Amino acid sequence: MDINNKKATRQSYGEALVELGKINENIVVLDADLAEATKTKLFKEEFPDRFFDMGIAEQDMISTSAGLATCGKIPFATSFAVFATGRAYDQIRNNICYPNLNVKICGTHAGITVGEDGATHQMLEDINIMRGLPNMIVMSPSDDIQTKWAVKEASKIKGPVYIRVARLATPIIYDEKTEFEVGKAVMFGEGKDATIFATGTMVAEALKAKEELEKENIFVRVVDFHTIKPIDKEIIIKCAKETKKLISIEEHNIIGGLGTAISEVLVENYPKNLVRMGMKDCFGKSGNAIKLLEYFKLTSKDIIKIVSQFSD
Amino acid sequence: MLNDIELQNFKNIAHNVRQSIIEMVYNAKSGHPGGSLSITDILTVLYFKEMNIASPDDENRDRLVLSKGHCSTALYAILAEKGFIPKEDLKTFRKIDSYLQGHPDMNKIPGVDMTTGSLGQGLSVSNGMAIAGKLDKKDYRVYCILGDGEIEEGQIWESAMTSAHYKLDNLCVIVDNNNLQIDGKIEEVMNSIPIDKKFESFGFNTIVINGHDYNQILDAFEIAKQTKGKPTAIIAKTIKGKGISYMENKVEWHGKAPNDDEYKLAIQDLMNI
Repeated sequence: MDINNKKATRQSYGEALVELGKINENIVVLDADLAEATKTKLFKEEFPDRFFDMGIAEQDMISTSAGLATCGKIPFATSFAVFATGRAYDQIRNNICYPNLNVKICGTHAGITVGEDGATHQMLEDINIMRGLPNMIVMSPSDDIQTKWAVKEASKIKGPVYIRVARLATPIIYDEKTEFEVGKAVMFGEGKDATIFATGTMVAEALKAKEELEKENIFVRVVDFHTIKPIDKEIIIKCAKETKKLISIEEHNIIGGLGTAISEVLVENYPKNLVRMGMKDCFGKSGNAIKLLEYFKLTSKDIIKIVSQFSD
Repeated sequence: MLNDIELQNFKNIAHNVRQSIIEMVYNAKSGHPGGSLSITDILTVLYFKEMNIASPDDENRDRLVLSKGHCSTALYAILAEKGFIPKEDLKTFRKIDSYLQGHPDMNKIPGVDMTTGSLGQGLSVSNGMAIAGKLDKKDYRVYCILGDGEIEEGQIWESAMTSAHYKLDNLCVIVDNNNLQIDGKIEEVMNSIPIDKKFESFGFNTIVINGHDYNQILDAFEIAKQTKGKPTAIIAKTIKGKGISYMENKVEWHGKAPNDDEYKLAIQDLMNI
């Protein structure tokens, strides 16, 4: 991972839609007046007839997507994560998940790295509410390469998929040849001192921490959960057995997100303590994205601090 | 104008549908007879004259979204008349082993084009179907039945904007204007009147009709088909509980099942029409 080679996953999402549009004419994209920010404008420019701006009306956007799906289209309904999932929850539940319709929902600008816009726009509960819906698959890719894979893969799944991406540019972790599988997390290293389970923007932070810790002869492994539902049970149990300590980190409330999903697996299969890093049941605030990560203790340094405490 | 034979045919079908509605609600000891009876005549014209549906699986079929999904009894009854579901299955409505769910379920029931139940969402879904039809250059039409209480949901007006913005002239909205919702008269609970003016100002071609007059219903659908460049909204003035003397215009029959005596009386009422 070259930490200076960065791209925002929302940009990758927009680029992936264009590629997908070229190979599948059933792909249609809907946005709610945020095409510039969510990067769906890339698709709009290439395929104006298959792009629908629904105006500032997320509920209408989601239900319209359901109607399109009943007629064989594969809609990608897009907005900021807070509006795409929160504002339109009932529509997602009753129009998409219950009838199991082939609609993809992408929430961009997830987490606190939205930055200056502040708490109203920083979605910290989307994994929680999307994960709780039967039939819904939840994806939270960590970099450019993985996001492009997730978008393509989502289009092949016949049913609802939620894809969570971020505003902030983050390091490109994978090379283009990397292969992923839905529901199979990616493990970095085999360190036995601790496992850091991470998702989305936090994977790069975890990898930075891993590298730093190695200099002090502390060996951790990092697990990248690009899919949160279905969760990769095997890897959680394996890491619980093989490593001394477990940490989860996410740009999401610690209630209901990745940490909770991992806890559910642990408690039923291999009870073991888990330190959940994330937003501690609080809302975000305005500020520079990097400074916010520091403020809410979601950086590689904070991970290192917690792992070092274990060794003391 | 319908000839006498066609008119009599519609009356017979509507009679059967109303009888099925009463029987279903009576057997299930729950359900929504009032609003089902008010849309019966409209559904009769749609399914036995207006809509092009040789088979419920045909990709080119006309679609219907019953946005006021609680009136599932009317939809199931008409689908049974049409032969898409066996008539004897209606007895199982709302029972634990039945596929006939309390609210329409597209994956369980042949002929149901969209799962509905949570109000205010069906027009958006219909828009999606209409947009898909235009994209695919298919000439099917989409019908969407809304309740007059249902249009208090804000999403209805988001979707009304969309219908007009995307010039969905392959879409026809029918508002079942029976003037009653659970808590009382619509103008007393949350006034949505004037409904026609609202849809008109949102860019619809609007037509106000008597929703129990077969000729008026048919004429309105004909105007809708001929209207290009904009969607049509038919405001159908109806009577909640239509056909059952003690249910007509009575809000308490929105979501209630008749007891044994009331059931007998209802069946008698239907004989007399």
